[in-house]
Amino acid sequence: MSEELPTLEDFATEVKEWVTKNKPEDPGFLLPQSFMEVGTDEQFHFLKDWQNKIYKAGYLGMSWPKEYGGRGMPQAYQDIASRELAKQKTPFLVNTIGLNWAGPLILHMGSEEQKKAYVKNILSADEIWCQGFSEPDHGSDLGNAQLKAERDGTDFICNGSKIWTSLGTYAKHMILLARTDPNTNSKYEGLTFFLSPMDIKGVDPVPIKKATGEFGFCQTYFDNARISEDCIIGKEGEGWLVAMTTLMFERGATGGQAGGHATMSTTIDEVIDLAKRTNRDGNISTQDPLMRDELVKLIMESRAMGLNAQRARIPALVSERPSSIPMSGKLLGSEYAKKMGEVATSLQGTNAVYYVGDDNAIDGGRWPRGYFNAFSGTIGGGTSQIQKNIIGERVLGLPKPPRPE
Amino acid sequence: MTTKKEIEFTDEQQQLLEIAENFCRDKSPVSAVRTQIETEGGYDPAIWKEMGDLGWLGIAIPEEFGGSGLSMAEVVTIAEPLGRNLLATPFVSTTLAAQLCLDAGTDAQKTSYLPAVAEGAIVALALNEAHGDWNLSHITCTGEVSGDTVTLSGQKVQVTDAKGAAAIVATVKINGKPALAILTGEAKEKVTMTRETVIDETRRSFRVSLDGVTIPASNIMDQTKTEAALARHHKLSCLLLSAESCGGTAACLNTILEYLTTRRQFDRFIGSYQSLKHTSVDILTGMEAARSFLYHAATHVDDEGGEIAVRMAKAQSSDVFSFAGDRAIQFHGGFGFTYECDAQLYRRRALWNTNQSGDGAYHRKRLASLLLD
Repeated sequence: MSEELPTLEDFATEVKEWVTKNKPEDPGFLLPQSFMEVGTDEQFHFLKDWQNKIYKAGYLGMSWPKEYGGRGMPQAYQDIASRELAKQKTPFLVNTIGLNWAGPLILHMGSEEQKKAYVKNILSADEIWCQGFSEPDHGSDLGNAQLKAERDGTDFICNGSKIWTSLGTYAKHMILLARTDPNTNSKYEGLTFFLSPMDIKGVDPVPIKKATGEFGFCQTYFDNARISEDCIIGKEGEGWLVAMTTLMFERGATGGQAGGHATMSTTIDEVIDLAKRTNRDGNISTQDPLMRDELVKLIMESRAMGLNAQRARIPALVSERPSSIPMSGKLLGSEYAKKMGEVATSLQGTNAVYYVGDDNAIDGGRWPRGYFNAFSGTIGGGTSQIQKNIIGERVLGLPKPPRPE
Repeated sequence: MTTKKEIEFTDEQQQLLEIAENFCRDKSPVSAVRTQIETEGGYDPAIWKEMGDLGWLGIAIPEEFGGSGLSMAEVVTIAEPLGRNLLATPFVSTTLAAQLCLDAGTDAQKTSYLPAVAEGAIVALALNEAHGDWNLSHITCTGEVSGDTVTLSGQKVQVTDAKGAAAIVATVKINGKPALAILTGEAKEKVTMTRETVIDETRRSFRVSLDGVTIPASNIMDQTKTEAALARHHKLSCLLLSAESCGGTAACLNTILEYLTTRRQFDRFIGSYQSLKHTSVDILTGMEAARSFLYHAATHVDDEGGEIAVRMAKAQSSDVFSFAGDRAIQFHGGFGFTYECDAQLYRRRALWNTNQSGDGAYHRKRLASLLLD
């Protein structure tokens, strides 16, 4: 039975109406802004229910195959739905790792059994996924993963730990990069990629309290945890290749994106709006001469990033150092986000001291919390200081420091 | 009507930019800049003639007045390499004077002066006064109309390239309102010019006394259009100074990198020290932002929102050029403190460019009114 597709225009109208009618009310507690910041059960269940509702309405996984829970429609429909969800500032989709990494990976190279077992529950948020790449001793050096998985018949016995596992306590599965052969020439060999269960003996996600005072990450300990060889995706010993494929999915998969948005980003307009609602030195904050200068600087930073992206598409205007703009994006974006949180907090006069949980906290304390959380951007994925080394060496051609003898 | 992208860059602009980059690199290595600093005129008339032959002096002048009828966006592609190579010519002042004439000149004035500019006549701009205000409507010089003549009085400062100019365009107040007076021929000869000592030694700057100078009333531009013309002039001046500063920053950064990759201290190249490496990256990212603002402003200078675009370009380019020049001196150590080191050339140029037509703080103050109120 083939379904008649609506026109894109009609579909856009339909989605707009649905989102307007169904977007959640203010839950009465402060929501996190990304899956890395989910710290309480009430936040988690609220977000899980929201994703489930979108899936049931048919606005998620629209371009994924029908037989695995998708709708088999052109990606254009999903893009319209995703844009509308972001436009109306609805909460982000909590099963971020599942939707953006695990799901596309399983569709791309998983077995028929794996596709049937996992994909639909990723979309419905019935089964949450987390990621097991980073380890405590190897921050950004993914290829150096040391968590041991030793073969024992048709099983693997896992020992070691993974860190920064967001949603670790809620996840049913983990995409896990483990070392199955410690005796290889290159560190990139001997790694194997698993779709690993979280609810088994010997796997223990321990929440890490962040600088914000909240939870959101775990360190996940593996103590003789036994997983079946059926959990392998790709081939044993070729985990590095699978990991690289997974990372590619972060920016749009070949099989189409699941849809929805992963973060609720704060815009400079919201900070200006805040400035107009707060007071400094007897006047609204937008009338304070120094705050005006701070706000204009932020607006300019934001504008510059947007215009940089435009200019980067014009080869003649980036010919001297073509990699400069792309390689600086992470540094500039993360530092900007942090500064925005800091300025937004300082706009509030004495009220700047209130934090999440206090009745007097402006906007529920999201601004100081946003400032603290923004450090995840300036630290994670290579600190700003490392970024400057990389840009200095690769873009400007400056020498590395001499290696100690 | 098609909507323009935030940054448009046509094939024509691309060609002009490439030609201008090569031209300026060939004609104006630092050694030539230093030679010209020692000369009376400050620039090589042969280069000026070549620029005229290339058609650069009439780029933004309509075809009916002998130009090529392009826009300020094309002028930017010339001004950026000029700034990069510190190539001093009356290009910017003459181009801006022509735009003033286009915006506020009478038909007779346009017909009489614009073709001459396109062919290489130099026009100097006498807009600044001793009070140091960037506001172009703050004018103390006056013109007294008597029949067919206007008698001028007052002092103008920082009039660049006044000496070899065929004409000077000066702001005065007539009947309490801003007016643009064109001084040519005898009138121009009658003004008293005194060379000023300015920080940017590639510039030739003069104090000009208008006292007692009489010009025909027909040499006053249309006063009803003058305020709007001056407002546009402010934008265009910011645009071209931003272009010069972006170019200057690029050259200054390369001067820094050259030293950081060749100079050794404590058995290592100094560029391997993070304090110098990270700061160089700050200059780079600041320059990229400035250049993005610049080409956005070049695209939209005369559109709605053009003022915001131009002020952002001027604020960013002034600040990053000043920062780059400052760090260039510091990073060259003891050598940086000497006149022989090129770092001072860029720092001096940055001081000029920053403090003409409003510095970073000034433009952010204006932007605050445009964006927050």
